[in-house]
Amino acid sequence: MTKAAIAPTGVALPAAEPVPRAEPGPIREFWTRLKQRRSAMLGLVIVVALILMAVFADWIAPYDPIATDWGAIRTAPSWAHPFGTDEVGHDVLSRIVFGARASLGAGLTSVALAVALGLPFGLLAGYAGGVVDLLIMRLTDALLAIPFLILAIALAAFLGPSLTNAMVAIGLSATSTFVRLTRAQVQAVAAEEFVEAARAVGNPPWRIAIHHIVPNIVPAILVQATLTIAAAIIAEASLSFLGLGQQPPEPSWGSMLNVAKNFLEQAPWMAIWPGASIFLAVLAFNLLGDGLRDALDPRQRT
Amino acid sequence: MLRFLVQRLALAIPTLVIASMIIFTLQQLLPGDTATALSGEERDPEVIAFIRQKYHLDQPLPVRYALWAGGVLQGDLGESIRLQKPVIDLVIEKLPVTLELACLAMLVALVIGVPMGILSAVKRGTAADTLANGIALWGLSVPNFWLGILMILLFSVQLGWLPASGYVSPFESLSENLRSMAMPAFVLGNAIAAVMMRHTRAAMLGVLGSDYVRTARAKGVSPLRLILRHALPNAAIPIITLGALEFGQLLSGAVLTEQVFSVPGFGKLMVDAVFNRDYATVQGVVICTATTYVLLNLAADLLAAFVNPKLRRA
Amino acid sequence: MAQARQTLLDVRDLAVAFDSEGGAVHAVNGVSYTLAEGETLGIVGESGSGKSVHVLAMLGLIPRPPGRITGGQVLFEGRDLLALPERDLRKIRGGQIGFVFQDPMSSLNPGMTVAAQIIEPLRIHLGLDGRAARARAKDLLDLVRIPNAGARLDQYPHEFSGGQRQRVMIAIGLSCRPKLLIADEATTALDVTVQAEIIALVQELKREIGMAIVWITHDLGVVAGIADTVQVMYAGRILERGPVDDIFRDPRSAYTLGLLRSLPDLSRGRAGRRRLHQIEGAPPDMRHPPAGDPFAARNIYATPRCLTEAPPLTQAPGAAPGHLVAAWYDLPARLAAEEAAR
Repeated sequence: MTKAAIAPTGVALPAAEPVPRAEPGPIREFWTRLKQRRSAMLGLVIVVALILMAVFADWIAPYDPIATDWGAIRTAPSWAHPFGTDEVGHDVLSRIVFGARASLGAGLTSVALAVALGLPFGLLAGYAGGVVDLLIMRLTDALLAIPFLILAIALAAFLGPSLTNAMVAIGLSATSTFVRLTRAQVQAVAAEEFVEAARAVGNPPWRIAIHHIVPNIVPAILVQATLTIAAAIIAEASLSFLGLGQQPPEPSWGSMLNVAKNFLEQAPWMAIWPGASIFLAVLAFNLLGDGLRDALDPRQRT
Repeated sequence: MLRFLVQRLALAIPTLVIASMIIFTLQQLLPGDTATALSGEERDPEVIAFIRQKYHLDQPLPVRYALWAGGVLQGDLGESIRLQKPVIDLVIEKLPVTLELACLAMLVALVIGVPMGILSAVKRGTAADTLANGIALWGLSVPNFWLGILMILLFSVQLGWLPASGYVSPFESLSENLRSMAMPAFVLGNAIAAVMMRHTRAAMLGVLGSDYVRTARAKGVSPLRLILRHALPNAAIPIITLGALEFGQLLSGAVLTEQVFSVPGFGKLMVDAVFNRDYATVQGVVICTATTYVLLNLAADLLAAFVNPKLRRA
Repeated sequence: MAQARQTLLDVRDLAVAFDSEGGAVHAVNGVSYTLAEGETLGIVGESGSGKSVHVLAMLGLIPRPPGRITGGQVLFEGRDLLALPERDLRKIRGGQIGFVFQDPMSSLNPGMTVAAQIIEPLRIHLGLDGRAARARAKDLLDLVRIPNAGARLDQYPHEFSGGQRQRVMIAIGLSCRPKLLIADEATTALDVTVQAEIIALVQELKREIGMAIVWITHDLGVVAGIADTVQVMYAGRILERGPVDDIFRDPRSAYTLGLLRSLPDLSRGRAGRRRLHQIEGAPPDMRHPPAGDPFAARNIYATPRCLTEAPPLTQAPGAAPGHLVAAWYDLPARLAAEEAAR
């Protein structure tokens, strides 16, 4: 498809010749390749199931997740409470179901924030170059010098502990990854012939960025976003585990573990299910992310 | 080599300066009056006045930063309001514990991850490769604080083999120290082992497909020597450089691991400081973590350069 | 001349395939030939012709999987290499059969000194170690005309120029006085002047050592200067084979003719300059090799039979003895007819 674009730059292409751009074709091909990967499809199925669980938590959960039942404190799993109850008589299963909201919500929201911030800055750095690029890169270098979770904890500490602040903290901490990725992709794509061609026919830079570069970097961002959601879910659980995320009695898998670690001998079930849920969610996003990456670049198999 | 060193240092210094600015500016996020917020639980007007003066809160932000940074350069990380101690003393007390934990965890990660990566690259496409990749995926997905809890359940609660918490200094008793560090180091090293396995596998696959490995085979070199003498040293450079980046993950993970096993290290210091609203300590810990991380990466770059003959000779 | 000497290598009906997502790629399809002691065989073909793959495959140097040998025998001094266990094959590789690969930049280990890389085969095959091995390594660098050899032993490959690196490769290939040296595109990555130097060096060394050479190249011009016998390969088959002069003077395969016509003829000078010939079309998809002559689709002289039935490699009628061709059409007759029509 780039045959037309091989014309030397500086020589205007005939007006009738459409400048090639990303078409829906590759996306369909991408999906076909993704479907062939069983582990990726497994990941996708789990992700969808968890999202449905979070959305329809009110209908799925057998009990109110924050209703205390002083008659059923730390009871072992039974028919009435399949996952048991916790130290104040919460039904663990119901809290797991509702906890999906905090986990997935935090994972998706913080990554959305990171992409929303990282993409424009990455585009700016990659496209503008020069001093702007240098400044943005130094800033991301500095942010990357502070380990992800340490930065998130520090931000959460200064913002005050809450789930919203945890999301903001995780999102900000993950932003530099997307700035770097976008910038690298922009530089790679900008060197390609069809962008040269678009430039040669006199498209303004912003137009080239939106019409030619963004569609071509979407797959790479998608892969990184999926894998970052996995990391963000762990981060949210970590912050909640430390007491810096979701505040009790609102349910979150991380904060459930925080409580559970004090009752390991008496009520191990309190620790098993929340951790297994985090593991399952993170595994699902990792499977999906790995599958997306392989489908994107068949040469780089894991 | 010297030029390379200077180059890396020239990159590290602005990185740390900007990082310190970010960390300093975090104060601005505090709600309400900064001096009141910084004083934490204390509402003593004297303390608030002391803080206002100590942090020059009447000055504009850049001036405050300059004064603070000047202090940091001289080893003054501020005062812990809560513990009534200079933050630097707390750091010096806690940092070695975390570094020991991090180094042991890195050792675990290398001992598990690198051989597994080599094996899965050499046996590419076999059941062993699939298994190794499965283990790596498990390692990447299991939250380390949960793994810690599960291990306590098994090894402390059920079997009673290892202590669930408590820390013994290696100078007191090395064996007790290692017993108390065994679970934390394994838990912390677990996720890094998965990453190291993936890096090693990728690097080894690249090297095993290279022309010079074919040359070595054409010389009649045995498979073992092929891997250890020809492939691994050349794969070492990306393994070292990428592995060093995992120190960040290691320092992040240490916060949680220390919390689970009550290890009195840096992470515990930080989390306690967060809850005590001991912001000077939080800042101090973050800046020291960033510095440690940057220095470790610098050390890894030097090690990688030493392994690489092109850089060693230059 | 070659016939008088003992047979060193006897390749019989060798076939190699690579498994890929779209099905098996049949890279080599029944290749048979012999090589005498001290003979220099030039194997010519484009990339994908199977010229390198079949040689690498016979010595177990293709990645397996995806590569696999699907049939044939390769007798080296009477022993079937394909039936040898890997351990015994290792003793032959680098010992009795030396290799020189294409890109001297990537074919030498960047992390080992030149001495270490030359000594390696000496230790494996000759049991040399320590000072003796080092002395031999220095002799070898002298042999390949690297000046100041003693001082350069402990240098790394990146400290050598491209041509010098290829000399080091040759030193490694010849280190154990092999009976056979296989040079796989050994001069392709080099500048033209360096190319000529390396070819001259190999010819000198051949006079000194007397090994047989298999020189694999896509460049018929290189073969002219070095080979006794030329073998033209296409789509995993031998299309033509014969004494070098005969092949150049009297080609019998249309593909060989095409290759010859694409050579710039410098001897004719300006007056002789003509438009360089280019063979139209592309090689066949080796996942589904054609039933007939693999070159038929691109061959203007092809007969209907060429499309359906693969021609055997047989003595070309009226040509010098040992000049073999796989063609149903009669190239000299067709060329004569063309000439007459003009």
